[in-house]
Amino acid sequence: MDFGLSEQQLSMQESLRRYLQQAAGLEHLRSVVADGPVHDATLWQGLADMGLTGLLVPQAYGGLGLPLMDAVLVQEVLGEFAAPVCFTASAILAPLALALAGSDAQQEKWLPRLVDGSLQVAVCITDAGGSREDAGVTAVNDKLNGRLMFALGAASAELLICSCREGDLYLVHRDAPGLEWTSMRSVDDTRCLWEIKLREVAAELLLPEAGDALAPVSAAGRIALAADTLGAAQTMLDKAVAYSCERQQFDRLIGSFQAVKHMCAEMAAELEPCRALLWYAAYAYDAVPDKRTLLACHAKAHLGEVGTSIARTATEVHGGMGFTDLLGLHYWFKRIGFNRQVLGSPDRLRAQAARVQGWGVQADRLMEQGGGYR
Amino acid sequence: MDLAYSPEHKKFQEEVRDFLQQTQPQWPPSRTVGRASPEAMRWQALLIERGYTARSIPREYGGHGGEPDLLKSHIIAEEFARAGAPGGLAGQGISMLVPTLLELGTPEQKERYVKPTLLGEMLWCQGYSEPGAGSDLASLRTSAVDEGDDFLVNGQKIWTSTAHEADMMFALVRTEPDAPKHRGISYLLLPMSTPGIEVRPLKTMTGHAEFNEVFFTDVRVPKSSIVGNRGEGWQVANTTLKFERGMLGDPNEAGRRFNDLVTLMQEETLDGLSLMDNPLLRDSLVRLQAKVLAMQYNGMRLLSGELRGEVPAIARLIVKLQGCELNHQLAALAIDALGELGLLYDNSPRLRAEGAWQRKYMFDLGLIIGGGTAQIQKNIIAERGLGMPREPKLAAAPQSGGAR
Repeated sequence: MDFGLSEQQLSMQESLRRYLQQAAGLEHLRSVVADGPVHDATLWQGLADMGLTGLLVPQAYGGLGLPLMDAVLVQEVLGEFAAPVCFTASAILAPLALALAGSDAQQEKWLPRLVDGSLQVAVCITDAGGSREDAGVTAVNDKLNGRLMFALGAASAELLICSCREGDLYLVHRDAPGLEWTSMRSVDDTRCLWEIKLREVAAELLLPEAGDALAPVSAAGRIALAADTLGAAQTMLDKAVAYSCERQQFDRLIGSFQAVKHMCAEMAAELEPCRALLWYAAYAYDAVPDKRTLLACHAKAHLGEVGTSIARTATEVHGGMGFTDLLGLHYWFKRIGFNRQVLGSPDRLRAQAARVQGWGVQADRLMEQGGGYR
Repeated sequence: MDLAYSPEHKKFQEEVRDFLQQTQPQWPPSRTVGRASPEAMRWQALLIERGYTARSIPREYGGHGGEPDLLKSHIIAEEFARAGAPGGLAGQGISMLVPTLLELGTPEQKERYVKPTLLGEMLWCQGYSEPGAGSDLASLRTSAVDEGDDFLVNGQKIWTSTAHEADMMFALVRTEPDAPKHRGISYLLLPMSTPGIEVRPLKTMTGHAEFNEVFFTDVRVPKSSIVGNRGEGWQVANTTLKFERGMLGDPNEAGRRFNDLVTLMQEETLDGLSLMDNPLLRDSLVRLQAKVLAMQYNGMRLLSGELRGEVPAIARLIVKLQGCELNHQLAALAIDALGELGLLYDNSPRLRAEGAWQRKYMFDLGLIIGGGTAQIQKNIIAERGLGMPREPKLAAAPQSGGAR
C-alpha cells in the first residue's frame, strides 16, 4: 500500500516546473494575455515536446496511455504558473472522450495529432443540468441544433466535442457549415471560453462500446480543474508567506504578527488535506469507478471553496500591493475563480454528490411531480 | 498510488476480521478512559496476546513483543472501527507515559510500571497544566524542593482528567527555581495516595466533572521517581506531548461521527419529510463529507509517509487543528438538524443519542482548547510548517499576583 506519488510522477512535475519557470514567468504571462484570453501555442508545443499532451492517449496511437493521475499532476503545475494553455480540453477531455467512445477510424485520425500537439479540441459538456439561458443542443439524425455556452478550448480548435441534451457525446468539425463561434470573455484571460451556435450542423456520434462516456469525461474534467485550483492556491499561499517574510511595518516583518501568521496557517491547514482528497479522486477515477463521480464532485466542490477562500486571504496578506496589477497576484485569483464555476459550481456539485449517494431522493421526486425543479 | 495490501497484509486483515467476528460476545462496553472494568481488562489481555494492542512493546514489559508494522497497526485500527469493536485501553498512562518510559525510563521504572499500566491494573493521570501555566506550560510553578532523599512538592495542577480514580500521576514540577524556565523542570512519578494530595472535581460546561484540580501540600516524593535527568523534564515532556498530539483530531472519529449524522438525517423527519430531503441541511452534510474524506485521505498519506520514512510536515501539523474543528462542526450540524430536539439533554424525554450530540458539541471546545489551543497550533503550523518568523519577545509582563 502506498498513498502518494511515485518518484517518476514527482520528477515529471519537477521538470515541468523547471520548464515553466523559464518559459512561462509572470512577464511572459502578462505579455501573452495583454489583448485578452489566449492559448499560448509556443508553450503548448513545449508541453507536447515533453510528451505531456499525450499522457492519456493510448499507446497504440503514440501516447503514453497513463492513468488520469498523471495528467492531473500536470494540470496542478499549470495551475501553479497560471499557464495560459487549454490543457484541460485538449489533453484531458478530448483524449478521454475519443478513447472511451471514438470509433477506430476516429481514434486513428485524431489521437496521434493530440500527442504531437498539432490538434486543438474545444469541449463543452454537461451531465448535471446547469444550463443558463436555456442553452443546449438537440441531436436529430446526427444533426445538431441549438447553442452551447462556456465551451473550453483554443481559438485554433479544429474539432468540437459536445454533449447534447439527451446525454450523448458528439464530434463536430470546426469547418462544418452552420457553426458560429463567439469568444466569451471571463475574468480569467489565461483560459478561453466560447459561445457556439449550431444550425443543422453535421456531427459524428461518439458511441461508447459499453456504458456511458459523458459521466467519466465530466468527472475527469472536474478533477483536472480541482487540481488546477490546488496548484494556483498553493502558489498564492507561497507568495503570501514569502511577502510576509519580506515586508516590514512597525519595525517588524509582518509575518511575525500573529494576525498575519494565523491567516497563513489557516490557508495551509485548509489546503493541505485537499491534496490527499485530490490524489484519491484521481486514483479512484481509474481504480474505483463506482466512486468516480462522487469523488470528482467532492474534489472540485471542496477545492472550489478552499481555493476561493485562499485567493481572497492571500491577496489580503499582500495588503494594498495584492490589490494592484503590479504583483500579478490577480492572475491566480481569477484562475481560481474560473475553476470554481466551470464544469459545475460547488453547490451544484454537492447536489450531485448527494444524488449519487441516494440522499434526498424523496424530495427530488416530490419536486419533479410538482414540476419546475431543475 | 497503490492502495492494495500485500498478500501478507491481506491475510492479516482477514485474521483480524475473523477474530472480531468470533469474539463479539466478549466485547466489553466501549469505554477507553478511567478505571477499567474486569471485562475490559480481560479484553485488553486478549488483545495484547493477539498483538492487536501494545503490539511492539517488549514481552518482558507486558506487551506483545511484535515487530513494529505501521500498516498492521493501521489495519487493526481500521477493522476495529469498521466492526464497531472496542479497541484496547487508552488513557494517558498507556498512550503517553508508557512510550515515554520505554524511551527514557530506568530499567526499574519500566519493570515496575509498564506491565500493570498496560493491563489496566495501574491507572495514571497527567499533572502538567497549572492555573498560571496553560499555553505557556514551561512557566509552571509547582515546586519540588530538594530535601535529602526526597523532594517536597507544593503547588497546584489543573485539567487533570481521571485524577479522582488514578493510582499514579506523571507530573512536571520545578526543581531548579533559578534556572531558565525550560531548564528548571523535572518529570516526576508519584502515587496519588501520597499524603498531602487533594483532588477536587472540576465541573465543566457539559455539567460533568471530566477534569479535576489537584493540590499539593508538602507532598514527599523520593528522588528516584524522576524520569530522565533532573532539570530535563521539559525534553521528557515533549517526548510525551508528541504522543498526545497524535491522538487528538483522529480522522476515524470524524468518520464515525459522520456516519452517525447520516443515519440521523435519514431517520429523523421534519414536517413529515426526511431531514435528508431538506436541501440546505443536505448541502451542509455533503460539505462536511468532503472535509471528512480529505482528513481521512490525509491520514493515509501520513501513514504512507511514515512507511517511507518521510512524513510531510504540514500534513501532520494540521491534524489536531483541523480534526478537532471538524468534529465540532459535525456535532453542530447534528444539533441544527434536530432543531429543538437537539437541545434536549440529560434525562429528558425524547432525548436523542443519550444527549451525545450536545455533550460532544460542548466537550469538543475543550479539545479545541486543550492539548495546545487552536491558536498555538496555528503558530506551530506557521513557524514550523511555513517557516514564518517567531513573535519577537517583549519585556516580561508584570507579575499578576495570582489573579486569574
